Amino acid sequence: MSRLSLFAAALAAALGIAGSALAQSTVYIPAVLELSGAGAVSGTNFRDGMLLAIDEINSKGGVLGRKIETPLLDTQSDAGISRAQLQKVLDNNPYVVLGPVFSGSVLVDMALTQQAEIPEIVGGEAAAITQKSDPYVFRTSFGQQFSMPKIANYIRDGVKAKTVAVLWVNNDFGKGGRDNFIKEMAARKIKVVTDVSTESGQADFSADVVKIKGANADAIFVYLNEEESARFLREAKKQGITAPLIGETTLLGQKVIDLAQGAAEGVRGHVGLTVDAPIPAVQQFADRFKRRFNYACDHNGIKGYTAVYIIKYVTEKMGKFDSKLFAQTLHGMTITPRDEPGVLMEVSFDQNGDLDRESFLGEVVNGKQKIVATLPKLGK
Amino acid sequence: MASLIQLLVSGLATGAIYALIAVGFTLLWQTSQTINFAQGEFVMLPAFFVLAAMNLGTPFWVAVLVGIAVSVVILGLLFKLVVVDPMLRYGVLPLVISTIALSLLLKESAKDFYSSQAQPFPALVPATDIHVLGAVISTQSLAVLAVAIATVAMLHFVLNKTRIGRSMQATAQNPTLARILGIPVQRMVLYTFVINAVLVAIASLLISPIYLAKFTNGETLGMAAFLAAIIGGFNQVRGAILGGIILGVLDNLSAAYLSSQYRAAFPLLILIVVILFRPQGLLGRIEERTV
Repeated sequence: MSRLSLFAAALAAALGIAGSALAQSTVYIPAVLELSGAGAVSGTNFRDGMLLAIDEINSKGGVLGRKIETPLLDTQSDAGISRAQLQKVLDNNPYVVLGPVFSGSVLVDMALTQQAEIPEIVGGEAAAITQKSDPYVFRTSFGQQFSMPKIANYIRDGVKAKTVAVLWVNNDFGKGGRDNFIKEMAARKIKVVTDVSTESGQADFSADVVKIKGANADAIFVYLNEEESARFLREAKKQGITAPLIGETTLLGQKVIDLAQGAAEGVRGHVGLTVDAPIPAVQQFADRFKRRFNYACDHNGIKGYTAVYIIKYVTEKMGKFDSKLFAQTLHGMTITPRDEPGVLMEVSFDQNGDLDRESFLGEVVNGKQKIVATLPKLGK
Repeated sequence: MASLIQLLVSGLATGAIYALIAVGFTLLWQTSQTINFAQGEFVMLPAFFVLAAMNLGTPFWVAVLVGIAVSVVILGLLFKLVVVDPMLRYGVLPLVISTIALSLLLKESAKDFYSSQAQPFPALVPATDIHVLGAVISTQSLAVLAVAIATVAMLHFVLNKTRIGRSMQATAQNPTLARILGIPVQRMVLYTFVINAVLVAIASLLISPIYLAKFTNGETLGMAAFLAAIIGGFNQVRGAILGGIILGVLDNLSAAYLSSQYRAAFPLLILIVVILFRPQGLLGRIEERTV
């Protein structure tokens, strides 16, 4: 062997050892998120919440002594691209995958993570996600099958409505919510007098509001994405709708309130995650988020933040990095803020990957979301 | 009846904005064979220029003027010099692909340099309502209609009643002959790019208070205006105006009285009917090509 070959072999060996040492000092937890396209607001909030948690954890030495390494892959808010990005990260043998947020992308991606036996912690809320017996998918917020009964109870007991109009966005998120809501209304014998579908990204809601107004319902259930919610609220105010407007997290967020410019006043609904929750840990997180990223965090930021701390807690509980064991351990687990302050609120996972935690009833008062009641965990 | 009036006014306002954008499409096509698939992003961007100026402490109306001026420079002059001129010599298709690339660049740049989140945009007039025959009509819709009509009237005046306008028309109809007659063809083409920039800036000021300023706004606007231009006639300014109005009004009426679920399909249905029975568009003229 020539002297040059010997040198090359030594160099390769040295690099190999260095690379291996580097790999041992980090844990690979990639994030596949909506960083551009229609879902960019949700994806960037999730990302920033996640980055805040990762920096906090890494600055304290990481998880079991290993720093979290999280490359960010953009789905462009497209389910096909999301699947391709996920395939790319699965080739590198991740420990856990974070994201996506859009339910449509999650539904496409989850078959891949299930096949690879890699846990995936997602932001999607469509009911179908956890109805496929996939042991590797976990939510970061309520699925619609858990949030809709809470809203339905409020419409029956709080608003005392006998008829309701439904306005929903025609994507996986909206369709899942609408189907669950209508089922819950039927169970409570509340009549759905009009059922209006809208498009994602829709700007002009005048025709939809005319239809809804004509239905004369006791209450109007609005299930749109944030910006569309704001546009709808402005049109509803313009056309003088007086029936109570009831919604979910995407109707009462501060961003919606700001964009609606006064039209969100009096809007009510169920809020699964909010930085306005009367919980000091949540509010302190919201302050840190705002200081770091210079904008107010929405519920997706909380999802991203808590997802990372859930990974940390479960891994430290197991004492090793084992993807398969991670999924088994998280099923049926309850994590309290005393166990791990980063989860912010006590959270329990069931065998489907659905979670249960406290939630809130909110109302928009003087341009702010005001929490009027805290609803206990469903399991209590 | 009240609902119908409301829907008509709102549809006319939206249609008028589509018309402004579609007119820009036809102007660029007529003078330079440019199909600008970044036209929607051209409408999205001026709102961010205005917001950026306001963030620097500029009063709204001054920021509006700054926004229009920056649009003229970037979306008019620079677009022609940096994208259109180098690509046009290779034919229409490479230029189309370049404008698609430009649309992606503008969209993602607006997101990265400003924000991924929708921004409230100040309305040109205060948000008050007028009650007519039981219908609630917003002054904003009326203002949008008024500004759009005034803009189209002014454009009509410039194109038909001024020397520059007639020279631009001559350039559009036969550039070789126009050149022989001493018309500075390149300068006339440049003027159409400047006019397009002003049109998209005005459209942006009108639509952003309704749509909110967001980097994705161009996707729907560009498509709607493109359809409007084809329905009305890609080679006729008045055709583009008609196409825009038809699209805006029919979208509202079909969503309210037929099906909101299929509302996105109705413009495409109209497009198919027009292409089948009047391929040159409702007011377009047949262009014959010879070999």
